[in-house]
Amino acid sequence: MNNIICACGHENPEGTVLCGNCGRPLTTEAKKQKLADMRYEGTARRSQTYNKSIIDKVWNFFSSVKVGISLIIIILVAAAIGTILPQVLFVPVRGAAEIAAYYERVYGSFGSIYNWLGLSDLYGSWWFQTLIGMLGISIIVASLDRVVPLYKSLKKQRTRRHGSFMKSQRLFAQGENILGEDTLSISEEKLKDLRYKVKREKGALLAEKGRFARWGPYVNHVGLIIFLLGVMLRTLPGFYMDETMWLREGETLAIPEVPGFYLESKEFILETYDKEQTDEVFGEAIERVGTIASNFQTDVVLYKNSEDALPGQTTDLIEVKKESIQVNKPLKFEDYAIYQMDFRLDELSTMHFNLSNKATGESLGDLSINLDKPEPFYDLGNGATVELKGYYPDFSGFENGEPQTKSPVPNNPAFLVEMITPETPKGETSFVAIKQTVEPFGDNNYKLEFQSVDTRDISGLTIRKDKTLWILALGGVIFMIGVAQGSYFNHRRIWIHENNDGQLVVAAHTNKNWFGIKKELDQVTETAQLPQYIDQQDAEDQELKKDGEKSS
Amino acid sequence: MTQLVSISSNLLFVAFVCYLIATLFFGGAVKGTKVGTTSNSEKRWGLLGIIVTIIGFISHLAYFITRWIAGGHAPVSNLFEFTTAFGMMVVGSFILIYFIYKTPVLGLFALPIAIIIIGYASMFPSEITPLIPALKSYWLYVHVITAALGESILAISAVAGLVYLLKSVDISKKSKQRFWLEAVMYTLILAVGFVASTTTFSLMDYEASFNYVDKEQKAKSIIYNTPPLFGMNEYEALTPEAMTPLVETPSIINAKKLTTVTWSLLFGTLLYGLIRLITRKPISALLKPFAQKANLQLMDEIGYRAVSIGFPIFTLGALIFAMIWAHEAWARFWGWDPKEVWALITWLFYAAFMHLRFSKGWQGEKSAWLAVIGFIIIMFNLIAVNLIIAGLHSYA
Ligand code: HEM
Repeated sequence: MNNIICACGHENPEGTVLCGNCGRPLTTEAKKQKLADMRYEGTARRSQTYNKSIIDKVWNFFSSVKVGISLIIIILVAAAIGTILPQVLFVPVRGAAEIAAYYERVYGSFGSIYNWLGLSDLYGSWWFQTLIGMLGISIIVASLDRVVPLYKSLKKQRTRRHGSFMKSQRLFAQGENILGEDTLSISEEKLKDLRYKVKREKGALLAEKGRFARWGPYVNHVGLIIFLLGVMLRTLPGFYMDETMWLREGETLAIPEVPGFYLESKEFILETYDKEQTDEVFGEAIERVGTIASNFQTDVVLYKNSEDALPGQTTDLIEVKKESIQVNKPLKFEDYAIYQMDFRLDELSTMHFNLSNKATGESLGDLSINLDKPEPFYDLGNGATVELKGYYPDFSGFENGEPQTKSPVPNNPAFLVEMITPETPKGETSFVAIKQTVEPFGDNNYKLEFQSVDTRDISGLTIRKDKTLWILALGGVIFMIGVAQGSYFNHRRIWIHENNDGQLVVAAHTNKNWFGIKKELDQVTETAQLPQYIDQQDAEDQELKKDGEKSS
Repeated sequence: MTQLVSISSNLLFVAFVCYLIATLFFGGAVKGTKVGTTSNSEKRWGLLGIIVTIIGFISHLAYFITRWIAGGHAPVSNLFEFTTAFGMMVVGSFILIYFIYKTPVLGLFALPIAIIIIGYASMFPSEITPLIPALKSYWLYVHVITAALGESILAISAVAGLVYLLKSVDISKKSKQRFWLEAVMYTLILAVGFVASTTTFSLMDYEASFNYVDKEQKAKSIIYNTPPLFGMNEYEALTPEAMTPLVETPSIINAKKLTTVTWSLLFGTLLYGLIRLITRKPISALLKPFAQKANLQLMDEIGYRAVSIGFPIFTLGALIFAMIWAHEAWARFWGWDPKEVWALITWLFYAAFMHLRFSKGWQGEKSAWLAVIGFIIIMFNLIAVNLIIAGLHSYA
């Protein structure tokens, strides 16, 4: 390690740009610059000091803001590409082959390629997540690389800086000391009024405020990292759970993945805005759009198994609470939340039939078939019985004379029944569906006639457990504190000293909002009759401008 | 209540007119050509300008409040309402920045942009819609209002950037900068083209209905309010006297929207052509004199200041509050919905902006370009993502 020894005698580590003691420029490059590069106070950072081992190289890679910005831009562009076509999450099919077919069918060959490149599941892809991971590493490394030296150098600032340091500040003044000995005291007073902390040293003054704003970026980066950690944690088992359940009115089911808890749906409610009843201001909109839903709601009762119940036993459930789950109002208990996400209306639940004599119309009684759990045998009294020989909940037609069902959901229930009456003790067979009756073995005397059907609604509920939420919230809060700290406050410093020629030298620096510090410096300049400062950057601009005008 | 609604829309109109007048006043305030000097008459114009702007803003705010009372919910629940509120906040942010920096030139450019935004908003159905279940939440107000506020402050940085560019880009020589600056102007005119075409056809009461087959192979019907240049997939015209579409489009394209966009392009281009024909100058050359008095250093500073004020608010509204609400309403705090993704993209963009500025010294002109691009991304999220990429967020 070659330390650099400044003219003032201070030893600086290799890589230092401005002397840590007096602020003289140390590198040839810094000496050439008209305005000092004040980032990180010109201190040496690890990334500029070491570049030998692999670890150094990796460190230097991630500590480069250039690399960080490139990562941000790449993620940004990738994220945008992911919005060109809907992600697999949003398409109505599942399974790789179906998904491929869907993209092909709906979006043509472009869709095919998009899907084939993996862009249809971009945000879940390994490479996208790797990019995010690299961004996280970059934020950590870059911050550590800078915050440590920055902290050290701000802590041991000297009051008097070298003339070359002063001169290379953007706001700079040099001139006669009008008030002589009193200048610094008057300045100090004014600066204290402006809430600066003032340090005095023989013939020199340093006023500083808002240093904590300098930590803002690091605080917000910490927030980001905590947030990213929270996101990563949810992939570990136990932190995050996401299940769905379909719950029918009147039904009580064990809540998936929530041991010991049961949920009963009392009722599903769908409400729409009624043109007559709602506020007249909505009339026009309802007229144009048609029906507008106002509420989706499931009234539920949450039960807990008693302590000593066996798993799955549902006989002595203890009511925990009754609640209405609405969109935007999930049911919350322990670590869980249950959301109203979906619904299906009017699923058939019970069918009512009447057994009657075809010729006379005489009725032998009614029977009701529960479509979830049909009984095998129905006794109508007076000697008549009906036996259920086959149940086809979602009847789709006959195949080789056999009735078929598409699914176990009672969308179109059909039954094969045998009816026994005192008149027909041998029994008659009939196939009964909602709109059709088939008598496979010739004409019957009796018929089972469809009367009516009860329906019920089904609620689609999502069950969530998310133990990472507080980590995410913590990250978010810290991030906000950090950005506010770095954005709404500025670190301002004003240096004043008398140089060896008895002239007054003034310099000022802020990390942002030059307009603000200028207004304050104006006040101090006026009160203490300091020489008028110039904004060297603005002056440069004006010069450039003049040159430009001359040449054009 | 219906009376309140009509009072409310009148207030919006008053605001609109005030902004127009204030623009003229601000024009008067910057007409001198010497940098850094302000005559008394210019000061007077500037003062008038800001007074009228504030009157307009108060009227705009009154529109917002009366509509809130009439509808029973914050008027940010459909595209019309959201965009009008956004316009209001752009003006509000301008007023805020004006009181810090006292720069009439900013008003001269910020107000026309607000005017275009309000004009654009008024092309969408403006009746008060009742809230669908997903929108019934206090988070709707908190999230949308904060996000729009952040975006509007960021928009001011683009205005400062635009002034900067108008002054600094040399338009006497052919260059990439000159081309892109004019392209930005042209885009602004296209927005006016959208307003012009929509208004023209709605004054004509144009309507043409079609049946068509959507991408899920379902039969649907649709009503066009502009002459149908493009037909929907397998369309069948139901209004015989209307024009026959020139081209039929495949099912993934919403030909109605494509038609609207095309008409806007046609009207906008026509308007742009007329302006060039009459004045014989590119628009950037027309506007350049108005920016000539601006102090570049100050514009650069305002641009950056607006970003640093706006970025935290945007983060809070568009990401953090959005996540909290999404968690309540959709059972997940993040779902990669296109609108969400574009909010993230906007946020990443401004993060990159700030890092480029302090680490690579991208100040002045580069910074100004970035501010303008940022605004384009915000508008893209507002317009294109709502209209083209339909997700959970797409309003009505
Ligand atoms: C999306 C991710 C990021 C966000 C939102 C973010 C946010 C911020 C913000 C708001 C600032 C303050 C800027 C200003 O005041 O002008 C900042 C500063 C900074 N960021 Fe980031 N950042 C991100 C990623 C990164 C990455 C990847 C790196 C590193 C490679 C990085 C390195 C820095 C550095 C070095 C500073 C300056 C610190 C100082 O001036 O003392 N940031 N960041």
